[in-house]
Amino acid sequence: MEVVQMQRRFVEYAASLFREGFLDGQFTQLQQLQDESNPDFVVEVVSLFFEDSEKLLNDLSRALDQQNVDFKRVDSHVHQLKGSSSSIGAQRVKNACIAFRNYCEEQNTDACLSCLQQVKQEYSLAKSKLETLFRLEQQILTAGGSIPIMME
Amino acid sequence: MNLGSGQGSMSTASSSGAWKAGDVVPDQFPAGLRVLVVDDDPTCLMILEKMLRTCLYEVTKCNRAETALSLLRGNKSGFDIVISDVHMPDMDGFKLLEHIGLEMDLPVIMMSADDGKHVVMKGVTHGACDYLIKPVRIEALKNIWQHVVRKRKNEWKDLEQSGSVEDGDRQQKPSEDVDYSSSANEGNWKNSKRRKDEEDDAEERDDTSTLKKPRVVWSVELHQQFVAAVNQLGIDKAVPKKILELMNVPGLTRENVASHLQKYRLYLRRLSGVSQHQNGLNNSFMGPQEATFGSISSLNGLDLQTLAVAGQLPAQSLATLQAAGLGRSTGKSGLPMPLVDQRNLFSFEAPKFRYGEGQQQQQQLSNSSKQMNLLHGIPTTMEPKQLATLRHSAQSFGSINMQVNAHGNDSSSLLMQMAQPHSRAQILNETTGNHVSRIASSMGQPVLSNGIAGGLLTRNVIVENGRGAGFNPVSQGPSVVEFPMNHTAELPGNSFPLGTNPGISSIQSKGLLEEVSSEIKGSRGFVPSYDIFNELHQPKSQDWELQNVGLTFNASQHANSIPGNLGSEHGNTHNISQHLNTLVDSSSRVKTEKILDPCCEITPFPEHYVQEDLMSALLKQQEGIGPVEGEFDFDGYSMDNIPV
Repeated sequence: MEVVQMQRRFVEYAASLFREGFLDGQFTQLQQLQDESNPDFVVEVVSLFFEDSEKLLNDLSRALDQQNVDFKRVDSHVHQLKGSSSSIGAQRVKNACIAFRNYCEEQNTDACLSCLQQVKQEYSLAKSKLETLFRLEQQILTAGGSIPIMME
Repeated sequence: MNLGSGQGSMSTASSSGAWKAGDVVPDQFPAGLRVLVVDDDPTCLMILEKMLRTCLYEVTKCNRAETALSLLRGNKSGFDIVISDVHMPDMDGFKLLEHIGLEMDLPVIMMSADDGKHVVMKGVTHGACDYLIKPVRIEALKNIWQHVVRKRKNEWKDLEQSGSVEDGDRQQKPSEDVDYSSSANEGNWKNSKRRKDEEDDAEERDDTSTLKKPRVVWSVELHQQFVAAVNQLGIDKAVPKKILELMNVPGLTRENVASHLQKYRLYLRRLSGVSQHQNGLNNSFMGPQEATFGSISSLNGLDLQTLAVAGQLPAQSLATLQAAGLGRSTGKSGLPMPLVDQRNLFSFEAPKFRYGEGQQQQQQLSNSSKQMNLLHGIPTTMEPKQLATLRHSAQSFGSINMQVNAHGNDSSSLLMQMAQPHSRAQILNETTGNHVSRIASSMGQPVLSNGIAGGLLTRNVIVENGRGAGFNPVSQGPSVVEFPMNHTAELPGNSFPLGTNPGISSIQSKGLLEEVSSEIKGSRGFVPSYDIFNELHQPKSQDWELQNVGLTFNASQHANSIPGNLGSEHGNTHNISQHLNTLVDSSSRVKTEKILDPCCEITPFPEHYVQEDLMSALLKQQEGIGPVEGEFDFDGYSMDNIPV
């Protein structure tokens, strides 16, 4: 495949992610932060996000699995996930977290469990989409091309 | 790879254009600003670090509050500003904020994904100079240097407002690049009357020069020398120049002494209300103080001093407190010291049973009996002083102060009262009605203990009762406030051994705040707090002080609502403080000369950290002294005493 084609695919794919709400302006900010001194910045940050989120999701599952659910703890985890997902622009994950927190306040275990499912789902989606995006990026770079800058 | 110093190939971040791409010279302010970022979320931390680097700041990151504190302690002047997350596992962000405010007095910016009004308000009340909502955008970080400048500028203003000192020194600003001074207004110094709240926008860019001014730490010894010199000269005759000569400390400038003296005077004034030194001190201070409206600096230290002057506090502890208190400056602006004091004074009893668990605090206390006596004495004699101090602190109780002054004892008691509910109201803003009312009532009662307090209490009680649903009857309280105190219990060991009034009030307020937030978890609305204010308005039969308070509360309500509104927008949070400032302005305009700035009132709270220690000390003593509370009968105070 030609570099130009790859680049086009990349741009279109990225645009679709934004359009569908998987990513928001914050992600663009990250992309803009990336520069020659830090060419892998976005990938690094997102990887960090994946790592951290997986841990959080596990903690959440465990916390909600308890006999006496400690909602404060659950809320704090969700809050953290909300913060990090919003920081990288994973919009849908963030929104799912917001809904989750409301149920935490109500101390509704069942609703929380279902919210957790929701969050996990959104997270998986976001993860796979981003991984695809990075793969496309890598293809371009390997082929010697440059990544088109996405301006907000 | 030539990016190290941000040369030409800056990142594509649009914001980078504003910065000088070339060499990052340390003096090329704001480039090179030393920022410490604390956040337990590694993703956010990494992003923030990158953003700050892009802004050409020098970034140090850590993911634990403890680490941050030790970094700061190990290198007190190594950082210019701190950015901290609110929710952290090892230490609450607000706690860290307090520590930093107490120990290092650096500007601190809070951030969180939480944009709830009460959390933002908490930031304000704890003295954060800004609150950013995550996700943080680089644009929001670009301007954080303004907080550093503003703080330094306020410190200068403090000096400036030392009233009696010569004006000549004002102009000596070390030369720094003033590229950012959009208005090269040296004349700003003349605006010493301006309030120190953060209403000042980045206009005072010319103060960038003040950034590098070394701060004088008023250590215990230094303060003792100062006090000795002042006493030798006689408080009325003590002018900075002479004090400086007497002290004979190399490296100390007249400005340092002047600013310290100003704070000291405020303390004395306040203290004179408590002890017997009053009238002379009072009168002498009234005048100059009026001019120094804006300088609310760390009155905590002043309180200590006055107490010491009253002979009731050991000089040592006073000095320590003083040092700590005065060391922190006015950067927090708009702190209603009087408010604090009053609360301190009047509420010393409250702390007693409230802060029982403040083990650490207690250990820090040295002289129990003395303090207790002082405390007891304070309410009774405070009034005139209160007025004086209130006046000076001005901003929060502007109107009330004025009123009270006019009247004398009764008025002062009224003032005190107003202060109480007022301050409490501030605190209450954050919380739901019931809690607030309970806290308020409980707060109020201890406060108005002695004689005069009686009158005040009555008023207070009346006010509170007038709220109807808003306030529950007085009796509840201690338990409510107690556990928040636990939070405040860990005051830095090196801070203030003394538990004087300031400490108490601050603790109380802190307690309230903490309690409130913990209680309020679910309910974030501000509505209840507004109700409180409304209810305050209800008793129209009350003097116009109340009405004034109401007025201010209105403004504060508006102000309060702003954070919520602004908070919801990403990246706009840093505007909140400015909005609040504008609100504050308008609220102050509402009242003639009174500058009642509820929002700003809260900001100075950090000042009270000193007081917390005092408070704990006080508590300790109180416990030693016995049921102080029992002495004071809060019931049946008659409002009649309060002249209109």
